Amino acid sequence: MAARLGRILGPVLIVVWTVVPLLWLLSLSLKGGDHINDGRFWPTSPTLHNYRTVFRTDLFTSALRNSIGISLIATVLSVALATLAAYAIARLDFPGKKLILSVALAIAMFPTISLVGPLFDIWRSVGLYDTWPGLVIPYLSFTLPLSIWTLAAFFREIPWEMEQAAQVDGATPWQAFRKVIVPLAAPGVFTAAILTFFFAWNDFVFGISLTSTGRARTVPAALAFFTGASQFEQPTAAIAAAAVVVTIPVVAIVLAFQRRIVAGLTSGAVKG
Amino acid sequence: MTAEPQPAFIRRHIRADERRNGAGGERVRAERRLGWMLCAPALTVMVGVTAYPLLRAVWLSLYSYRLTDPAGKHFVGLRNYAVVLTDHLWWSDVLTTVVITAVTVAVELVVGFAFATVMHRIVFGRRLIRTSILVPYGIITVVAAFGWRYAFALDTGFVDHVFGLGHFAWFGHRSSALAVIILAEIWKTTPFISLLLLAGLAQVPAELLEAAEVDGATKAQRLFRVTLPSMKAAIMVALLFRTLDAYRIFDTVFVTTNGANGTETVSFLAYRQTITRTALGLGSAVSVLLFASVVLIAAVFVKGFGVDLARARGER
Repeated sequence: MAARLGRILGPVLIVVWTVVPLLWLLSLSLKGGDHINDGRFWPTSPTLHNYRTVFRTDLFTSALRNSIGISLIATVLSVALATLAAYAIARLDFPGKKLILSVALAIAMFPTISLVGPLFDIWRSVGLYDTWPGLVIPYLSFTLPLSIWTLAAFFREIPWEMEQAAQVDGATPWQAFRKVIVPLAAPGVFTAAILTFFFAWNDFVFGISLTSTGRARTVPAALAFFTGASQFEQPTAAIAAAAVVVTIPVVAIVLAFQRRIVAGLTSGAVKG
Repeated sequence: MTAEPQPAFIRRHIRADERRNGAGGERVRAERRLGWMLCAPALTVMVGVTAYPLLRAVWLSLYSYRLTDPAGKHFVGLRNYAVVLTDHLWWSDVLTTVVITAVTVAVELVVGFAFATVMHRIVFGRRLIRTSILVPYGIITVVAAFGWRYAFALDTGFVDHVFGLGHFAWFGHRSSALAVIILAEIWKTTPFISLLLLAGLAQVPAELLEAAEVDGATKAQRLFRVTLPSMKAAIMVALLFRTLDAYRIFDTVFVTTNGANGTETVSFLAYRQTITRTALGLGSAVSVLLFASVVLIAAVFVKGFGVDLARARGER
């Protein structure tokens, strides 16, 4: 009986645990100006006023543009570079393979804040401070390790003999690659892309340190400098609304691709 | 990583190739060249953005240098390190960081294991549970931190009201402020640890558990004698990654307390010195010390506990 109860209660507890903080942000974002300090969990008279404020604030709209642009560029570049490296690691025999994987692992553990001071100094002298490439470059180097590990693990599982088999059956090399290898490799590449996007979308350390204006400031950094509709208004509800807006893509991606994300996070984590 | 043993006919082929083309063989050399060419761009970006700035941080840490006073830059040797290491604030920040790391990781390991067990056994709603557990993982740390801050704040919060705590100022005391920060971290990162542990659970041989049950082992015995030992690799990897990650904590502290009331962490100190105060010399010394402590933690895990990372991460 107790085991049965646990089997039902366990999942319920997990969902409550993950969802309550989200619901709180959502409900806060729907509270009107007078109700923001009422100490209740649910809004008494929900309003979309805060969302209108947020989308009329340049600071937020430019940050949203920057976040989307920078994260997408970083994702595409990171996955492209990681695919080349992971293919070599999984398929070719060459000395230094272990070195590359070790370097990647070391960088994955690097305390990013240690680099912020020198990068701040270097970026200012080479003109990368407060620009899109100024953020894309650090995002690349910190997402490449995870991408390379994930992709190498995926590529090792691909039955590459099928490429030759297809060619024996009369396919051209390009057809064999396009029709056989690409469909097999795509899930891995896609998984790496999602994880990379999450990293770039989530970053705060580089976002606040290497930007200063709406030119390149991303959403997490902008939120920390947010003031409401007027300088004298507490920005609480507006921040909550902005928080909900930037959480929507995350929830959408998780809903659509949960299996791939789980596969990527645990790829090879326990093999051997 | 050792090369996979090749079938004899391939080895013979390579040897014949070597005889024809001298040491290495043309094909072998071409493969090496291609391997390096494909890895070069990724390696360049990874090393370029970390190694060079790190060396520069080491170099800057030997100078007295404030960005607002470039002319006053001068060599001071190790004096910045002496200043940091003899300052009460540094040790207080180290203590705060260690407390956050230890409590967070310990609680996460237990909660994460409970979550993993639930996910492992679940029959219906598997998809829903995995989806909901991934949301905290994917959500922006800063966004989640704002949620927790507003939930516990005196003005906007609901926690005091709903739980009848009167007007308790959560962020007014060191211990309660740290408790909120730790809670926020645990909420955000338990999914990661529980997914790693779930993958570990899947590796526990079912026959072993059945055999133990047949032999009359109790539930606790099965957990501590069979399940946990067979998951050792997964547990150690999860521990290592989460410990290093927790030790770098920055975002949550920035948003919830901004380092006030003794909640400043080492990362926050480094940020405040380099970016806010633009004291690049002193700040770099803090950064280098932070880097050194991360290396130390990793070394303890790898050497002390024998975490075989290459193996654990799927390298054969």
